[in-house]
Amino acid sequence: MFFWSLVLIAVGIFSSFIYGRSRIKLNSKKQGTKSKSLPNYYAQYVLMWCLFPALIVYFSWAIFQEQIIQNIVISNFEYIEGAVYNEGLLLAEIRNVANNPSFADGKSIEIINAASHYSSLRQISQISFYTSIIIIMLLGALYASQKLKPEFHAQHTIEKYIQYILIFCSSVAIFTTIGIVFSLIFESLRFFAEVSIFEFLFSTEWYPFIPIREGQTAAEGSFGAVPIFAGTFLVMVVAMCVAAPLGLLTAIYLAEYASQRVRKIVKPLLEILAGIPTIVYGFFAFVSVAPFVKAFGQSIGIDASPTSALAAGMVMGVMIIPFISSLSDDVINSVPQSLREGSFGIGANKAETIKKVILPAALPGIVGAFLLAISRAIGETMIVVVAAGTAPNLTGNPFENVTTVTVQIVVALIGDQEFDNPRTLSAFALGLVLFVITLFLNIIALQIVKRYRERYE
Amino acid sequence: MNNSVAKEKIVSLRKKRSLEDMRFKYYGFTAMCLSLAVLVFLLYTIFSKGYTAFQKTIVLLEVDYNQEVLKLTPDSSDEEMEKGKFFRVKKQAIENFFPDLSKSDIKLIKKLFSINVDNEIKDYFLENPEVINTKQQIWVTAHSDVDQLLKGNSRRDVPEDRRKLNDIQLSYVDQLVEENRVKQVFNNFFFTKADSRHPEIAGVAGSFMGSLFTLFTVFILSFPIAIGASVYLEEFAPKNRITELIEVNISNLAAVPSIVFGLLGLGVLLNVFGLPRSTPLVGGSVLALMTLPTIIIACRASLKAVPPSIKEGALAVGATKTQAVFHHVVPLALPGTLTGTIIGLAQALGETAPLIMIGMIAFIPNIPTGLTEPSAALPVQIYLWVESAERGFQEKSAAAIMVILIFLFMMNAIAVFLRNRFERKW
Repeated sequence: MFFWSLVLIAVGIFSSFIYGRSRIKLNSKKQGTKSKSLPNYYAQYVLMWCLFPALIVYFSWAIFQEQIIQNIVISNFEYIEGAVYNEGLLLAEIRNVANNPSFADGKSIEIINAASHYSSLRQISQISFYTSIIIIMLLGALYASQKLKPEFHAQHTIEKYIQYILIFCSSVAIFTTIGIVFSLIFESLRFFAEVSIFEFLFSTEWYPFIPIREGQTAAEGSFGAVPIFAGTFLVMVVAMCVAAPLGLLTAIYLAEYASQRVRKIVKPLLEILAGIPTIVYGFFAFVSVAPFVKAFGQSIGIDASPTSALAAGMVMGVMIIPFISSLSDDVINSVPQSLREGSFGIGANKAETIKKVILPAALPGIVGAFLLAISRAIGETMIVVVAAGTAPNLTGNPFENVTTVTVQIVVALIGDQEFDNPRTLSAFALGLVLFVITLFLNIIALQIVKRYRERYE
Repeated sequence: MNNSVAKEKIVSLRKKRSLEDMRFKYYGFTAMCLSLAVLVFLLYTIFSKGYTAFQKTIVLLEVDYNQEVLKLTPDSSDEEMEKGKFFRVKKQAIENFFPDLSKSDIKLIKKLFSINVDNEIKDYFLENPEVINTKQQIWVTAHSDVDQLLKGNSRRDVPEDRRKLNDIQLSYVDQLVEENRVKQVFNNFFFTKADSRHPEIAGVAGSFMGSLFTLFTVFILSFPIAIGASVYLEEFAPKNRITELIEVNISNLAAVPSIVFGLLGLGVLLNVFGLPRSTPLVGGSVLALMTLPTIIIACRASLKAVPPSIKEGALAVGATKTQAVFHHVVPLALPGTLTGTIIGLAQALGETAPLIMIGMIAFIPNIPTGLTEPSAALPVQIYLWVESAERGFQEKSAAAIMVILIFLFMMNAIAVFLRNRFERKW
């Protein structure tokens, strides 16, 4: 349906363009004056007045049509006294029957009625959709064509419109942030209406209760997120233990010791490491590293579970090595050459220069890089989903199974999503915590790096 | 005397210091090599686990296309042929697979064949309707358990109750191998079929198409918006609070965890706007929002790289600012913006978590044909297969990873090509 309407819109704007061009030429000939702008600008003016109202109609229809139809169908549904209905299931059933008449066998009469109601509404909606698009395009073109006079500055108006479009494009990022913040806060508030915020932040029991039968309340579950935060922290620490030394030493080697040729080969290779999708790392952790960790744990007498904080953390560390090394590389390269020369001048060798001059000078930038890496490690999902396990476990032992914030979000939202129980809503509360922490780390890190840059510029 | 002691001290100190220098250098070198070694090991693991998925095991089956069993006649119409009783033919073929089989053995042998065998027997017949009332030797797909056994992925020396195939089945498989009635051929199913509960007929075609549709949506949404935003911020935006806010916002958005974008998609696109779940349309929109900051940053860099003299030249001959920017600066920056967009798309291709959030994790056994149809995506498919308990799926997940890596590699190659071909040094 929507494909053909796009074709319709395309035809509409094409003809409006042609119309605008010929109309302004005609008008200026009639008046015997030259138009203030080139004919193409008048044509574009008509086109815009045709296109944008049509797009608004198009998108509002695409977004709201289904919902409105469903609401009408549901509100007109002939409920039978005493029977309990699940609205979502009911709607799905009605839709199935409406889309595929062969499903109608054996369905109750009120569902068949609702289905025919649904399809008739859809038909009405389609017809009115096409007519309203055509009407709105004609109206737009009509309005614009009244302005097609030679003394009208079409170019100025067009350039103003273009400015508006550009401003809209740049504000998409703002809208995204607002959307994130509002959806997280709104759903979290619904969660905290049922679970106290103190329990969530300070209790150590995480047994989210999933209501199985109708009528069960969810208050019986317990939502203390401390084990989840602890698990996230543990995995992050393991990851940083791997990534911080390897990444930093690699950066130092590349920036200070390596020849041009080595840099030219190694940097793209590290970029490959950075570009590998995280699910691939998850596979690697699951297939290679986790069995190895288990075997290693057994050989030193520790009972390791098949999924462990250590396996997930190590692989996550590998994932953020290129991140740390490229950021630190930049930071080390921006330490002024004069500091190096001064140090060499008083007789220090390379290692001493690096350790006593360059690293202290670059320290703020490196700290910033580490903070960014930590924020990335906390927000990483697929590696931990595959390799860290799902059982909340308050432990400091990296050989044990732990769970993280991101894992719990995924677990809560896989499968049926009923937005009336805290199990599902807890994902948004956890997401809010994640968002706030990563944002906080990020802002600090960016500030540190910025201040560091300013110092040497 | 005193002098020589001091000299010795200095020499030994210098030795120690240069040793220290060497050691430090080797620390760095080792760290770099370790990181690269992990990369090699990672690729090796994927290849060694995955290359077997490109082959499948087929078994020679003698099928008797008897017209009475099929309930067809030589001049049946096409529709009638579609409805032929091929499962009965298959049953007969399996009963006669080895001479003198007992009932319990027939049951066991049935499990050596893929569930798809009915279709294969049928397809063979539909292609060659003249084989009616003849016996045909047909190669059909073996069950994943046989496949894994013959590829050496599942071991036969574990106790019987922990094996998928019991001793009797093993002996039959061995007999087949001896009689040359099994062989390994190229696994076309992997590239032509969508996901399935049965590993031997599961493929990446469905999720590949899903990923393509998703990337298409990402491109359609993010490319124009990113160009618009970066042109505005680079060329038109006044230096004020709001502009600064937008810039800070973009740089912070780039570091928001991807899973949070998934929550945005779930909370806003699905719950508020009611867009269809599990579809490339929603997945693509979420990923477009996610990659937008990356692309904007790249686009701004390439706009910045165009020398101001070009814009000034246009202004000097009387162009308006809009004309100067859109007729001169943007076309020159276009290759750079395209490169940035492709890199953003590559990032979007590998994202898994947001797609799980908006329900692209559902089991979809057919190949999607549009933006608003439920579909899978490659990375989510990999996740589903990694998590699957069935042994046959492990090689599939590694092979799917190879597909996604090759896809990524090609996108990056295109980006590099564009950069080298069209980039101008000013």
